[in-house]
Amino acid sequence: MPSITFKNVRNFACRSVDLEINDKEFLVLLGPNGSGKTTLLNAIAGHVEYQGNVLFDGISVDRTPASKRGVGYLFQNLALFPHLDVAANIAYSLKIQKWPQDKTQDRVNELLELVNIKHLASRYPAHLSGGEKQRVALARALAASPEVLLLDEPLSSLDAQTAKYLRTELKQIQRRLGITTIYVTHDLMEAVNIADRMAVILEGKIEQVDEPEKLLFFPCNERVSDFIGAPNILDCDYCKSTGQGVMEVGCGGLKLIVPHDGSVVHKIAILPRHVYVSEDKPRGPGVNSFMAKVTEIIPRNDTVRIQLEVSNNKLVAEIPYHIYEEMDLDTGKEVYIILRMRRIRVFENRDDSNNKTGIR
Amino acid sequence: MIKILKRLKPGWGLLPIAIFLALWEVIARVDVLPGNFLLPPFSEVVAEFYHLSASGVLGENFLSSLIRVLIGFCAGSIAGIVIGTVMGWNKVADRALNPLISLFYPIPTLGWIPLLMLWIGINEMLPITLIFICSFFPVLYNTVTGIKNVDRDYIKAARSLGASDMKVLTTVVMPLALPNIFTGLRLEAGMAWRVIIAAEMVAIPTGIGALLMRAESLIRIDIIIVCLIVLAIMCLIFERFFAYLENRITARWRQHAVHNI
Repeated sequence: MPSITFKNVRNFACRSVDLEINDKEFLVLLGPNGSGKTTLLNAIAGHVEYQGNVLFDGISVDRTPASKRGVGYLFQNLALFPHLDVAANIAYSLKIQKWPQDKTQDRVNELLELVNIKHLASRYPAHLSGGEKQRVALARALAASPEVLLLDEPLSSLDAQTAKYLRTELKQIQRRLGITTIYVTHDLMEAVNIADRMAVILEGKIEQVDEPEKLLFFPCNERVSDFIGAPNILDCDYCKSTGQGVMEVGCGGLKLIVPHDGSVVHKIAILPRHVYVSEDKPRGPGVNSFMAKVTEIIPRNDTVRIQLEVSNNKLVAEIPYHIYEEMDLDTGKEVYIILRMRRIRVFENRDDSNNKTGIR
Repeated sequence: MIKILKRLKPGWGLLPIAIFLALWEVIARVDVLPGNFLLPPFSEVVAEFYHLSASGVLGENFLSSLIRVLIGFCAGSIAGIVIGTVMGWNKVADRALNPLISLFYPIPTLGWIPLLMLWIGINEMLPITLIFICSFFPVLYNTVTGIKNVDRDYIKAARSLGASDMKVLTTVVMPLALPNIFTGLRLEAGMAWRVIIAAEMVAIPTGIGALLMRAESLIRIDIIIVCLIVLAIMCLIFERFFAYLENRITARWRQHAVHNI
């Protein structure tokens, strides 16, 4: 499997991209719509013109046509051939390479098993669900054992549950095959959950390439920080397991219940938009609910950021402007906040990107 | 008995036709309308159909029309599909040929008759050339549209999977353009019959169209109606044949929509 290097790659959507993707790495390209993510994938696959160089293992592929680059590509709309059934879709690249019939059949069966869709072999794409199509597309992309796998928001059209399940599976398959993978998404949490490293691309420019944890905690500039939504990060003083997949952690006097079950938690992060603000005391048992003092109100485009002080911790909440207008907030006012438990991310201490729990 | 009824069930659509024929028969026979001699009863038409068939007149004329239609239509469609594919796939060819085709396409097929009579002369090639022209353009346009409408992502996907340009065309683009190509073929299959009749009425002494004109000069309304019925049936059979073929080839994968990906 090759490493991939971008040297000063530029075109209508990309501005001087330099990027190094390691052998067997799972790199997530993260950026908003129109930031040039897909164009960068297309540059690797050879579907778009560019200036500069793309190198596989140090060898330029700029003049190699798309059909010879040995790249598996999972398109956002999957692009399953509607006139071929599942088995024929998967076998497409093998037929092109003129594999003998029996070997093709074996390989197709192997792939059908890999992505757990053996029963669908003779169905046509029009009769598959979103998740099934996704699996077929993955199997087809992997059929000719490509050295590089490109995934363009493959899960964006699926419901959250299926997406979560497939994401885990995708990661496992990638690990098993050890294939250099570039995964494009605009969803920060999706990226954090799956990436070995993340590259944030804004307006056609790579802003930061780092491990998820580092990127989340130490955005290199204002733009990245703005894009990822400047998460609240709290250091934990203690943690104890309470069973049932949750843990109690203490952060500067706050007692929080977080969705984690395992080793020691050292930090937690939560995005401002996942901190709810209420003027009235929320009903219920009051888990992850605290009293806070408004210290500053910062209007943004269509949201308002509210800085809060909660027992010596500083937190930022973000609420939509129309909700802010209905509330009577002012600096110094006491409000109630709730941290959405399922949105809290926990970080263990070790510097290993695999060592984190997926939360959505 | 029940089995026979069951088998006849799809024939319920024929009921309005049966009622229409019965009314026709009654109106023609009761002799209430002025100029009734201009409408022979259906039974007489059937009898004439039998006479014409038995004497071989109908068969002979029908066969010459059919052969013209088949040769002209096949040649025109194949040329339309081939050139349409080249134009749909190759931008240079598209740019080069499109202006010419846009210029010739609007000319009504029958408008070519005087010119072709002088160029080709009055022989078998005249109706065949007309059918060729009449089939060529619509099939060409539908093929070009079909090929251009194939989602770029399918093409990119096929390339990424290792397919050369030629393979992309033959294994992905052409099959996906088939529904469009069939639309062109289906429409033109019926149209070819309309054109051949006109050509035979104007210029050629044989064929169903010529038989029609001769019947007109002899005021043989029954023969005219026989010819028209034959035409109606042939148009229908041709159109249905292509609809059937299209269904056979593409229905498996088009049960929802082609673009539901």
